Amino acid sequence: MLLQIDWSIFIEKLILIAAIVTIALVVAMYSTYAERKIAAFLQDRRGPSRAGPFGIFQPMADGLKLFMKEEIIPLTSSKFLFILGPMLAMITALLTSAVIPWSWTIDVAGRQVPLQIADINIGVLYIFGVVSLGVYGIMIGGWASNNKFSLLAAIRGASQMISYELAMGLSLLAVLMVAGDLRLSTIVGQQVANGWNIIYQPLGFLIFFICALAECNRTPFDLPEAENELNFGYHQEYSSMKLGFYLFAEYINMFMSSVLMATLFFGGYDIPFVNEAAWGNHWWVGLIGFAVLMAKASLFIFLFIWIRWTIPRFRYDQLMKLGWRTLLPLALANMIITAVIVLLLNK
Amino acid sequence: MQALTNRKKQVERKPMTFLERLYLPSIIKGMGITFSHLFKKNPTINYPEEQRPFSAVFRGLHILNRDEEGREKCTACGLCALACPAEAITMEAAERQPGEEHLYREEKYAAKYEINMLRCIFCGLCEEACPKDAVYLTQTFAPANYGRKGFIYGKKDLLIPNPQTDPEGYQKAKGDIGKDKK
Repeated sequence: MLLQIDWSIFIEKLILIAAIVTIALVVAMYSTYAERKIAAFLQDRRGPSRAGPFGIFQPMADGLKLFMKEEIIPLTSSKFLFILGPMLAMITALLTSAVIPWSWTIDVAGRQVPLQIADINIGVLYIFGVVSLGVYGIMIGGWASNNKFSLLAAIRGASQMISYELAMGLSLLAVLMVAGDLRLSTIVGQQVANGWNIIYQPLGFLIFFICALAECNRTPFDLPEAENELNFGYHQEYSSMKLGFYLFAEYINMFMSSVLMATLFFGGYDIPFVNEAAWGNHWWVGLIGFAVLMAKASLFIFLFIWIRWTIPRFRYDQLMKLGWRTLLPLALANMIITAVIVLLLNK
Repeated sequence: MQALTNRKKQVERKPMTFLERLYLPSIIKGMGITFSHLFKKNPTINYPEEQRPFSAVFRGLHILNRDEEGREKCTACGLCALACPAEAITMEAAERQPGEEHLYREEKYAAKYEINMLRCIFCGLCEEACPKDAVYLTQTFAPANYGRKGFIYGKKDLLIPNPQTDPEGYQKAKGDIGKDKK
């Protein structure tokens, strides 16, 4: 029985997982550098410039610093949960990458290799599941710290994520109606054929983008870690690499939601007005597709950073009002209108 | 009440229009402003690599001057210590022995000359008090140090390089001090 398993698929997926996790980590690392550099430029400063030319080794230096720091676990914290918190944050951040189609299917020694770890038929549902798991990292970390500020921040974070997930889900439903499938590879394939979803779902994209900002705890929705009112929020008691994991998970989340937005609304790895399918299944086509997806994602990352250094933070009541009384009805209306149009066009 | 200046402005309290309530136009405007800053030249000076020139009257670290033959000018009269409002200068005098004429210009010299840079307020009164033009304030400042001891500058730190043996170092240490004088 065991011998009948196609071992090459194991190796293929293993290589893919290793590559994607590594890429996600490296991108997250350099997002911290981009964050600091862009923040500096927006504020007429120079940013990190000491470690290597233009400071490009700064993320390595930061990581090393975090590893060398003393690790403090508060006596009154519940140790198991305290350690579990950052682990969960990191794992859930990385899990999303499993269903994202990274590029065109390529031809390796006669085998068709799709550059996607798992092309499951409930791809979008899976993403929802994983994204809502993300709140556990924050909640557990904040609660296990046994610190009032951490707990307050964790509760804020939890309620914020839950409220924005609704609008996010509804805006995605509209995309699903257009595509007619939950499979991410199909959604991308349809966009390649019929034009990008942003054309059909501009409002849906706006809602999704705003919710993505909230889900990633980025300004203007960074209430869970509001530095100046909650003392860094849920990771206040964390030190050393545990803190590093939390900060890192946030950047991975940012990268993943950028890739997701590119995939769902901006055609994924598709170059507009170019018929790549005619080029065949060569490895370099896969590489180009991947580069295109990365370029789109980096634009979104830049947008995230740009917004962070422009817009001040929401007040908590404003946040809730925006989520429940503006985004949710808008997303509902968007969904219903899309449903009606899809129904009419099909008839 | 009558306004004291003509800069009084009535605060507008009319309700926001729909576009204003959307916030999106003003957010986009704000993002335009921050984006324009990406291309602005920033005024930063990369300090250790680039240094801003000091003004000609800058008062920094002291030096003990030598004359053209490389002899120390200081005669340990103690006027600088007396003039010092922060009492940062201490010195011990010694008599010049026969055969030391190439080292010291006057018959008396400072065997020990210390300035506590933590006390010093860099007012330059020592420079003014000196009858022999021996002490000058240069255009460098005291570098950081880990201990207080490191801030007590002795003769070996203060003496200017010998113009006979090290003319380059002498010129560099002297900078443009005293150029506008005399």
